[in-house]
Amino acid sequence: MAETLLPQPAETGLQAPFWAAARDGVLAFQRCANCGHAFLPAREECPECLLPEVTWESASGDAKLISWVVYHRAFHPAFADRIPYAVAVVELKEGPRLISNLTGIDDLEAFRADQDLRVRFDTEGSLVVPRFVPA
Amino acid sequence: MEYRRGGVVIAGIGVTDFGALPGRSTISMTVEAARKALADAGIEKRAVDAVLVKPPTSAPRLMTGQTVAEALGLQPALGMSWDQGGAAVIGMISYAALAIEAGMCRTALICFADNPKTGSAHVYSNAANDDGVFGWIGVPAAYAMIARRHMQEFGTTERQMGAIPVAARRHGAANPAAQLRKPITIEDYLALPHLVSPFRRDDCALVSDGGAAIVLMRAEDARQHGVRSPIPIMGFGLGQSSWDVRLRPELTSTMANRAGSMAFGMAGLTPSEIDIAQLYDCFSIVPIMTLEDYGFCKKGQGGHFVADGAVEIDGVLPLNTAGGLLSETGMPGMQLVIEGVRQLRGEAVLQAGRAGTCIVSSQGGIMHTHGTLIMGAR
Repeated sequence: MAETLLPQPAETGLQAPFWAAARDGVLAFQRCANCGHAFLPAREECPECLLPEVTWESASGDAKLISWVVYHRAFHPAFADRIPYAVAVVELKEGPRLISNLTGIDDLEAFRADQDLRVRFDTEGSLVVPRFVPA
Repeated sequence: MEYRRGGVVIAGIGVTDFGALPGRSTISMTVEAARKALADAGIEKRAVDAVLVKPPTSAPRLMTGQTVAEALGLQPALGMSWDQGGAAVIGMISYAALAIEAGMCRTALICFADNPKTGSAHVYSNAANDDGVFGWIGVPAAYAMIARRHMQEFGTTERQMGAIPVAARRHGAANPAAQLRKPITIEDYLALPHLVSPFRRDDCALVSDGGAAIVLMRAEDARQHGVRSPIPIMGFGLGQSSWDVRLRPELTSTMANRAGSMAFGMAGLTPSEIDIAQLYDCFSIVPIMTLEDYGFCKKGQGGHFVADGAVEIDGVLPLNTAGGLLSETGMPGMQLVIEGVRQLRGEAVLQAGRAGTCIVSSQGGIMHTHGTLIMGAR
């Protein structure tokens, strides 16, 4: 079965440690060693205190759902076979927000804002992708 | 220095056709719109000493302000291009009004043209950074994310949201210059399949080629030049929400509230004194949230406010009376200012019954930037 490769995350650069951690089944985020602010995506300077003292930390995997959309049309060929699929803004228990997929139930419209979620790691070829399911 | 209410006027307006304009460059469309705006103002080109340009997204390049001024054969005292997404129109109007009042220039030409329909709309469908792996692609999804949160937090329904395209399409159908002239009922709207839920295709702005321009000058200069129908600028305001959608702490409010307060304060008006509204409708949720942030109704009540024809031409607050981005043209905002001017002149195709004051919103990115303009005199 011919499949178009998913758009791949950058292999180098600031966000690469997030994807390396995912390969080990770990959800990672950044924390400022100076002021303690927790955030994603990765940056060179803390967006709160502006100092370049950022570190990586492991998240519990617990999150809540902020909002989501369901694609009924593919905006990229790699997703033509995956319609319908849900993309969400989730907020980790530790604070940072990120984009991910919502999955785990048949009716993708049946989620509720602020509901509890749990991370699940899916293998996609050579990539491990963190997605979220109802807790 | 404070802006004198009504101190600067919009003296001229000009537009190209809207829709698919194959073979027209953005420079060509800008020059056409500028020539028409100058003719509408009844002034010579050499009176212009400020040229402000919103650059095209279809083929972004540096120094667009200078390229346009050269094509116009002008050497303005003030020349620039302005990157604020769709809020650039009111950003430029604000700056030009202040520059005119401060004596840095006398006559400002503000212009724009783009051709994403026959050129390239690639900038609207790119994946941002690593989020492409999740299928997070395209501008409609980002606004749909905001709409969903509004529906979840406040109970806004798809039927209420649909009142926006229903009104826009009714107004566009009456407008011979509109790109899309097919009215729809709320039942038509609800019967459509989702594109990226909660949005349907009809919740999303048109993709359009076209150009537009306006001329600003002091009220006194307009009188001296014998400008036919100058429209006073009463107030303006700006605000920047900044956060990307995936990071924005509050999805259901933006800095439109700050921009609106600033403009109302400058104009000495309240929402109840506004007769017509031209509110940026790139997606149906945006006017709903804008009405809330401007104080036309409480936060979360925007769906109720627009339901049942309230924002149609014969409703309590006629909205986007030429069709807006959903029906007239997907141009990022100048067409809303221009329709506001026509309404206040009493020369609109679909003329509102009360047209003494008009509020205009422009916004850019994914509700990242915002500008508010209030025109007219009571």
